[in-house]
Amino acid sequence: MTVIEARGLRKAFGTTIALDGVNLRVEEGRILGLIGPNGAGKTTALNAILGLTPYQGELRVLGRDPWNERDQLMRDVCFIADVAVLPRWVRVSQALDYVAGVHPRFDRAKAEGFLAKTDIRRASKVRELSKGMVTQLHLALVMAIDAKLLVLDEPTLGLDILYRKQFYDSLLSDYFDRSRTIVVTTHQVEDVQHVLTDLMFINRGRIVLDCSMEDFESRYLEVKVHPEHVAAARALRPIHERQVLGRSILLFDRVDRQQLAALGDVRTPSIADLFVAVMGNKPGNRAGEVQGAAQ
Amino acid sequence: MNTQSNTLPESFGSQGSAPAALSATRPFYWSVRRELWEYRSIYLAPLAIAGVILLGFVFVLIPLPQTMRAVSSLDAAHQRAALAQPYDFAAGLIMGAAFLVSIFYSLDTLYGERRDRSIWFWKSLPVSDLTTVLAKASIPLLVLPMVAFVITVVIQSIMLLLSSVVLLASGLSVATLWTQLELYQTLLGLLYHLVTVHMLWYAPIYAWLLLVSAWARRTPFLWAVLPPLAIDIFEKVAFHSSHFVALLEYRFSGGSEAVASMQGDFPIHPGMHLTPLNFLSSPGLWIGLVVFAAFLTAAVRLRRYQGPI
Repeated sequence: MTVIEARGLRKAFGTTIALDGVNLRVEEGRILGLIGPNGAGKTTALNAILGLTPYQGELRVLGRDPWNERDQLMRDVCFIADVAVLPRWVRVSQALDYVAGVHPRFDRAKAEGFLAKTDIRRASKVRELSKGMVTQLHLALVMAIDAKLLVLDEPTLGLDILYRKQFYDSLLSDYFDRSRTIVVTTHQVEDVQHVLTDLMFINRGRIVLDCSMEDFESRYLEVKVHPEHVAAARALRPIHERQVLGRSILLFDRVDRQQLAALGDVRTPSIADLFVAVMGNKPGNRAGEVQGAAQ
Repeated sequence: MNTQSNTLPESFGSQGSAPAALSATRPFYWSVRRELWEYRSIYLAPLAIAGVILLGFVFVLIPLPQTMRAVSSLDAAHQRAALAQPYDFAAGLIMGAAFLVSIFYSLDTLYGERRDRSIWFWKSLPVSDLTTVLAKASIPLLVLPMVAFVITVVIQSIMLLLSSVVLLASGLSVATLWTQLELYQTLLGLLYHLVTVHMLWYAPIYAWLLLVSAWARRTPFLWAVLPPLAIDIFEKVAFHSSHFVALLEYRFSGGSEAVASMQGDFPIHPGMHLTPLNFLSSPGLWIGLVVFAAFLTAAVRLRRYQGPI
């Protein structure tokens, strides 16, 4: 089943074009990472999918038109827009009451179960919780909803590595199953590399890369080339080249692994490396936005 | 919850009629409750005023036996005026407090959820913009007038009870006090006033404030006040008239000539003549309600387009 289908999605803010004819298709049971530099159109795309912003073009989410059917759509779609959106005055118990009150698919016992594993007290107000706890609370609320699509926009922004790891671990072990779909945007790409099933790069309102992680692993190879083979390696037309500690590291798209193994040490590149390669090849792009890209 | 989740597997994509009925009232109910969680001044402010009134009433209670002896020689109308004054005062103050909270609440609510970015949390749940805005409008339209009424009933009962105890303790009869106060009629009059003036007549005022609250990116108070002021100045300069200000005064004055025929300066006393038919047939009421509906529709549409600021 197709969960999200967009054709020619366009959105402009004044003269700034945020989405420039985006086509995308997300099938059920996938975990899609939408990666792009700041201002690439990630959040605008997600907002269109969630019915938070009007758009031009064709867009169906779970068979619905998000802009005109947001409230019905939200029975089947959950999202965490940003770490800061839970109202600061709300008590944990009130947040549970409210979501249980308005959401027909919210399982309160499940949410209480998630919260029991944290240090969050029922009587606390959100303003009294740490940033990591607020995210845990939001995730507990969202994971207790039997939704078909979960959208996460920078869900781990500003969290330390322990919270981030825990966040994705519990998402995978307690929430995700093959009938659910997750779309996530993040700058912390190294966190999600082993979480995603699909990868999409977006830049300047356009999708510049769209592949599954299986494709990613078979298509892209990174070689730390032995100095004497550099010329031979370059002849195979790498899509990117960088220098680390005096060694050339070349990134190849669809080049035979055996052939590359003769030239140096072959490994699967990180998403960040591919991101730099794809974005950095186009003049004027700010590819350094992705954390870990320079490592 | 359970009956609902049993119907889930087949109902995806085509929600049945039973969940539709459920979804109409439950989100509304919980949306109103969450307003009470967020804006506790809705009940705390009138309660605080009530507390201060009770404290002040001690100074009415202490000399009450002397007061009773003094008023016993007066005629009925003057007796009432002397005895009922603290009760009317209490009712008026609580009503005023509720009105003030209504103004500030309406001006802040749709602005506040954008300012603290929580609008994206509310919008992530299956509650429509219409339900949300109606729930918010119900605070000044229904909740606050009812809060004011209930608190007034309670505080006036306490005042009367304390007065009776003081009078009985000093060996005086409570008959004059009880007959002259006519608490039941006064409270009925208060309820009538709240429904006609605070709910129906003031409805367009609240709706205007909600609209500004949904629209303004900053300083909603200025946006609520400046446009009417600009219209007034323009009218004065261009046409040397002030019909617009007269219109606003007419609205804020509570349409009193339509609501009841007055015999005193205080709007709720037993002697007044309630004229509900007169009120219901006044064009001012219906024009106001049309304006209310238009402003509220605009606020619903605006909320749909708005995100955090």
